[in-house]
Amino acid sequence: MVSTSKWGDLLEEEEELPPSTTTGPDAKGIVTKVEYYRNEKGEVMKKTTKTRVVKIEKKVYKVAQERRAGWRKFGEAATERAADSVTSQTPDEVQLERIQRQKQTQEEKSKAADFQTAMAGSDKSAIVGSLRDMLYKKRMERQLLAAKGLIAAPERPPDEDGPSGSGLPPAGSGKPGGWVPPSLRNRLGGEGGGEVMQKRRDENSVRVSNLSEDVTEEDLAELFGPFGPIQRIFVAKDRETGESRGFAFINFIHREDALRAISKLDGYGYDNLILSVSMAAPRPERN
Amino acid sequence: MRPYVLQGHTRPLNQVVFNAEGDLLVTCGKDSKINLWWADNGVRAGSFDGHNGVVWTVDMTYDSKVLLSAAGDSSARLWSMEDGSELFRFRFNEPARACRFSVGEKLAAVSTDPFMNSVSAIRLFNIAADPADQSAEEILNLTGPRGRITRLHWTDQNRTLLSSSEDGMVRRWDVETGKCLAEKQLHEKQVMDMQMSTDGTHFITASTDRTSKLVDTQTFEVLKEYKSAAPINSAAMSPIFDHVLIGGGQDAAAVTTTAAKAGYFEARFFHKVFQEEFAQARGHFSPINSVAFSPDGTSFVTGAEEGNVRLHHFDADYFQIGDRI
Repeated sequence: MVSTSKWGDLLEEEEELPPSTTTGPDAKGIVTKVEYYRNEKGEVMKKTTKTRVVKIEKKVYKVAQERRAGWRKFGEAATERAADSVTSQTPDEVQLERIQRQKQTQEEKSKAADFQTAMAGSDKSAIVGSLRDMLYKKRMERQLLAAKGLIAAPERPPDEDGPSGSGLPPAGSGKPGGWVPPSLRNRLGGEGGGEVMQKRRDENSVRVSNLSEDVTEEDLAELFGPFGPIQRIFVAKDRETGESRGFAFINFIHREDALRAISKLDGYGYDNLILSVSMAAPRPERN
Repeated sequence: MRPYVLQGHTRPLNQVVFNAEGDLLVTCGKDSKINLWWADNGVRAGSFDGHNGVVWTVDMTYDSKVLLSAAGDSSARLWSMEDGSELFRFRFNEPARACRFSVGEKLAAVSTDPFMNSVSAIRLFNIAADPADQSAEEILNLTGPRGRITRLHWTDQNRTLLSSSEDGMVRRWDVETGKCLAEKQLHEKQVMDMQMSTDGTHFITASTDRTSKLVDTQTFEVLKEYKSAAPINSAAMSPIFDHVLIGGGQDAAAVTTTAAKAGYFEARFFHKVFQEEFAQARGHFSPINSVAFSPDGTSFVTGAEEGNVRLHHFDADYFQIGDRI
């Protein structure tokens, strides 16, 4: 018996790779393909590819299909070669440039000025539109301020503020948005270490659900900002599709801010949806 | 979007039209050419050669078999759309401008320009089922209006005919008696384009007086007005959304003295009801002379003074925007 290869190589070749598998598309249209291959060193590698399959249906008229199949080119088109084709696709993407958005941001920047210019102009629809916009914004502001206005009324319990806050005026109680010394910004976290901070943050986490898919972190910062300093905002997104899953977590620095936000915003109508706001359940311990 | 650029014309475009199913596109221009294109990928399917002068307008039968063209060489011609052969020629003493088949294609109307001693006229012809039997006999001649007649539309189940003209008027004609039933000064300057809605209840006009108007077909009441900073040469309505597409731009004579940015050469989208401009599509570097939506609303085409036709297929996000604008 003459063997051309070493027994070691033979063994390696015999070691079979697991067959590649393809699963899906699942409910979200995701196809998962798992492949196994060897790299240069001969190690077995596992490669998982996830692709989203989108089905596009196109309906074609039967007569149009028949025309397409049956008609021959005539006139100048008959002698036209592929090289000197008169048809070309533009190399770069042409966007349908939305111009309403820009207008809106400008309006926001100079609300009052815009209203005045609208009044000065003769276009009635511009006045009405601008006025309606202004009134709506005023109303929203007032609602938020009303929620926020309660911040000033009841003083914070002094014992929670601790000894550091007793001698100084309570932060943020007088003027909303006033400057707060850094030592007071984190009244509860002053003496604790990193671990305690982490724990506290979880405790002060608020869960918001029934959000619309378009809501971004900035929107939530705007909505929850008036209740107190926020440490972190997290909008849950689908890992594969990148779409919002309709809920988010807002971590307040202070627990009372979180509670107040819950009392004010639970059942609050936002973006045509009624929000459901509650304390987030503590994350299960990881081992 | 990555539009297809169709460079089958060497001179300004006059009209771009889709057929009933939206799979074919016909363009005509000042280089006396008529081109036929596949609307899905912009490949040229054929060219109708024979006119010796600017081709102003074209119209197609509902089954996309016969093409009617009106040209400045004082003729209107019938073409076979399948092989591009000329089927019949109507000869006039004046340049022909607008042409339109009636509903059912038993009749056709062709307008001729005022020329030498003759005034502008709308001429009606019988269209024979077999092109071999076609006669050049004029069954009715509607005369009277001043100025060239730019567009024609059959309305009221072929009982009346709408005409738009260069004096800014839109008129309704009785096809039986040849009398002008109604007229209205809709624009200060010439009406360049008039397109009918799919249900025929209203139409949209485009004028060099920098406005485009949505008008009730029965009463000629102006329902909406879309304003631009430059002359408007063409306006179209989306068959699926409340969107209006407007094309125009700085007058061709002033183009050399204007920067391309200031020319308003974009295809501009307005909301039909709110009259607000919400989007633009760039690409042309001269005034757009004609715009059209495909019958299914998934694509639009623009033809401009520079001789380019741009065929745009909307991205998926356009349909998501849809009515939410």
